[in-house]
Amino acid sequence: MRAAEIGERKAVISGVGQSQIGRRIYRDPLDLTIDAALAAIGDAGLTRGDIDGLATYPGNMKTPPGFSGVGITEVHDALRLDLNWYAGGLEAPGQLGSVVGAIAAVATGLADHVLCFRTVWEASAQGDQGRAAVTTGGGGGGSYRATDFMQWTLPFGAPSAANWIAMMAQRHFHEFGTTREQLAQVALNGRRNAARNPNAIYRSPMTLDDYLSIRMVSTPLCLYDCDVPADGSTAVIVSRADAAPDLRRPPVRVEAVGTALRGRPSWDQFDDLTTMATRDAAAMMWERTDLTPADVDVAELYDGFSFITLSWLEALGFCAHGEGGPFLEAGRPMSSGGELPLNTHGGQLSAGRLHGYGFLHEACVQLWGEAGDRQLDQRPEVAVAAAGGGPLAASLLLTA
Amino acid sequence: MTDEAPPRPFRVLPAVTPDNQHFWLGGAEGELRFLRCAACGYWIHPPAPICPICLGRDVHPDAVSGRAAVHTFTVNWQPWYPNLDPPYVVAIVELPEQAGLRLTTNIVGCQPDEVAIGMPVRVTFEERDGIWLPFFEPTGEASP
Repeated sequence: MRAAEIGERKAVISGVGQSQIGRRIYRDPLDLTIDAALAAIGDAGLTRGDIDGLATYPGNMKTPPGFSGVGITEVHDALRLDLNWYAGGLEAPGQLGSVVGAIAAVATGLADHVLCFRTVWEASAQGDQGRAAVTTGGGGGGSYRATDFMQWTLPFGAPSAANWIAMMAQRHFHEFGTTREQLAQVALNGRRNAARNPNAIYRSPMTLDDYLSIRMVSTPLCLYDCDVPADGSTAVIVSRADAAPDLRRPPVRVEAVGTALRGRPSWDQFDDLTTMATRDAAAMMWERTDLTPADVDVAELYDGFSFITLSWLEALGFCAHGEGGPFLEAGRPMSSGGELPLNTHGGQLSAGRLHGYGFLHEACVQLWGEAGDRQLDQRPEVAVAAAGGGPLAASLLLTA
Repeated sequence: MTDEAPPRPFRVLPAVTPDNQHFWLGGAEGELRFLRCAACGYWIHPPAPICPICLGRDVHPDAVSGRAAVHTFTVNWQPWYPNLDPPYVVAIVELPEQAGLRLTTNIVGCQPDEVAIGMPVRVTFEERDGIWLPFFEPTGEASP
């Protein structure tokens, strides 16, 4: 099935920016967001007055601690933007759903230049308390009662996506013989790449022995299968191609997007727990382009948990469903000179949990040839940036 | 033996409403209940006021057998809640009444390392503040 019109090709990414990134830097999340926003506007060669759209994920939320804290309203007002279109919210195809919304807005002429941002301050919010159930909110005790989908997991001591993704990984291990040694390659690859990223949180070498000896969080996931909470903000500017004649450099073009969720919107009722919405988003993306997985030069695939990266590799067709383990173990994809460089900035496992937008940022700077020490030897022309997991997923196919 | 019983593990409890009370209170009568379509017999979970198969609007709670099989599981080692001490097993069990009718739960009554995918289990309820949490325990039968 081909769509009648591939409207996303009217959109480009004209600039990207990031704030300071770190563990417990104790800066106001709005302050971080403004840093990223101004950097992205300048990177595009635009000015504040050019921005007429604003998008974010997940919008302003007070819980879980540090998961958000900055919404549309705060940024709109702080920068005194004149907006024609804006949207922020959690009910979207994952973190990059907000960017796809911006793409749709510029493609339909609702806006010319949309500032999209994602800000986290989970490291500071957690302080020295250790990792909370950061993806879920509530449940601390007292009179709190679980509602909606959380009522089906919180009473059973399973408040975290770590538990939910772990059960998907376990089912994949069971059906396909996937092993921890194979899954480890996602973490090891990320750490290798993070060594060349000065902004990464963890840059010291990691060995397979390190991985296998660290404590378990929720079997089969160990601590190194879980991303590291961080503080930081990432911004990208989505522009309509014909509204952007005077950019600082040629923009990244949007070839196709995938946002589908064709199974049930549920962590435990989804039809096949060895895959996720990744399956549907990726399928939709490939339905909207003549390019194929073999055309992709670099893949920036969400690793909030390592198993999600494996799921994206399968979903995007870099290997068959069920073959993610052997594909990773072969090690072919990952090295910077390999056939599919993966998570070249270190991913969220090593570079910090910037929650989806970090992958898009990295795809863009690689396509522009601006990735510094970690720039791929052969500058990529086609990149995939994909984020989300469980019943939330979106992918973007980008070209230089 | 000590004089004081150990503190009960903390459990987040659900907000019981007219829409979900059949599920959370059914344990008082020893029944695990789901909504079911009167027209076509389809089991509906989580609850919704419509059958997703035939779009029938006549849906009402009915009891299942309480038997299930472990579809997948995880041994949780992270201390999320006071006195809910790791390790404990979180599982998704699938009920024989309908393909894909699943429930996230805890497997109790055995050691974590005894749990396996496919293991036959049956429901066992624990009451908290008038709410009956459906846990599952091994039946002792061999996995099929």
